[in-house]
Amino acid sequence: MVTALVWRELRRAWSSGGLVLPIAFFLLVAILFPFAVGPDGRLLARIGGGVIWAAALLAALLPVERLVTPDAESGVLDQLVVRGYSDASIAAAKMLGHWLGFGPALLAATCVAAALLHVPGAALGTILLGLAIGTPGLAALGVATAALVAGLRGAGALAGLVMLPFAVPLLIFGAGASGGEPGAIKLLAAISLLLVAGCPWVAGAAMRMGRG
Amino acid sequence: MSAGLAFDNVTCLRGGRILFEGLCWALGPGEAGLVLGPNGVGKSSLIRIAAGLLAPLGGRVTGEGARALLSEAAALDAERTLVAALGFWAGLEGRRAAVAEALDAVGLADIADVPVRLLSTGQRRRAAFARVLASGAPVWLLDEPANGLDTASVAMLEARIAEHRAAGGIALVATHQPIALPGAREIRW
Repeated sequence: MVTALVWRELRRAWSSGGLVLPIAFFLLVAILFPFAVGPDGRLLARIGGGVIWAAALLAALLPVERLVTPDAESGVLDQLVVRGYSDASIAAAKMLGHWLGFGPALLAATCVAAALLHVPGAALGTILLGLAIGTPGLAALGVATAALVAGLRGAGALAGLVMLPFAVPLLIFGAGASGGEPGAIKLLAAISLLLVAGCPWVAGAAMRMGRG
Repeated sequence: MSAGLAFDNVTCLRGGRILFEGLCWALGPGEAGLVLGPNGVGKSSLIRIAAGLLAPLGGRVTGEGARALLSEAAALDAERTLVAALGFWAGLEGRRAAVAEALDAVGLADIADVPVRLLSTGQRRRAAFARVLASGAPVWLLDEPANGLDTASVAMLEARIAEHRAAGGIALVATHQPIALPGAREIRW
């Protein structure tokens, strides 16, 4: 039954262009950076991992406004709760759907971005591993943020402010891991796991509050 | 079908104001409750408490059998066709086969393949009612079901509720428009 919810999230992401936009945005940053910094290959290679991580974080934030608000307004959340779904399980389904929507595509786009940023092949492997571990955390954080700001005016801008402090550890350890810092990948995994495990409850509580 | 819904001393607080206090009633199989009163008196809040969407300040809601809610929000994905949007909800209950019959019962079978965003207000309302029909739930909670409906559709609504009650179901209807519910228990405060 939760599969149906995840599938619906994916389908909505497809049909609203929510799938293409974050990836296009991500690649746009990777394309613009070499122009802004200059064609120095060694410099680009050194900052490449950090740029990819910052772009991934912002790309994950892009669809935040369509994750929870439309469902809260159209009564979909109400109907799910009447059918006995817990708020946390709805949030978990949304997280999985959100991740499936942008995670794998982002990993594929990273290979293109790495080429644009002159990131060497060996470092690309670490970046991909880091993103594979970190993006579920970003997706979880995105849904929790979306639930917290649902129905507020200026929700998009507010979402950035709410999400950013919690995303900073992911960014530090993610970029650190891509820079070859020992142990950073484990800390990244720990933060990501914490977000994935905790965010369904936070998002669920926010959706419940939103109903009352 | 076995069905039941009862409010035991239920008190509702909304926006720092007590809307109703110590409300007691019980509905058994085949019975209907008609929630009446002017705007803002708390009819929708009563329906939402019955649906489990709002926690009452005090008292208990008890019942038997699954509940189906018709509220102001249609909860149908605008970009999908009517039959697909309803099919999502029916699919959650494993009752996808009931959609065609429900659409027929509300008179929307002809436009089953039209996207939801193109439906009129009344058609959307009937589509949401079709979801209640397709759910097969014994307890119906209908919040202003006649809003936006023409006379013929209100008659259809009354007929479907009567059939549901004849089969042993319960209907709790909040409305400010006249809906004929023979023998319904009036709930007001």
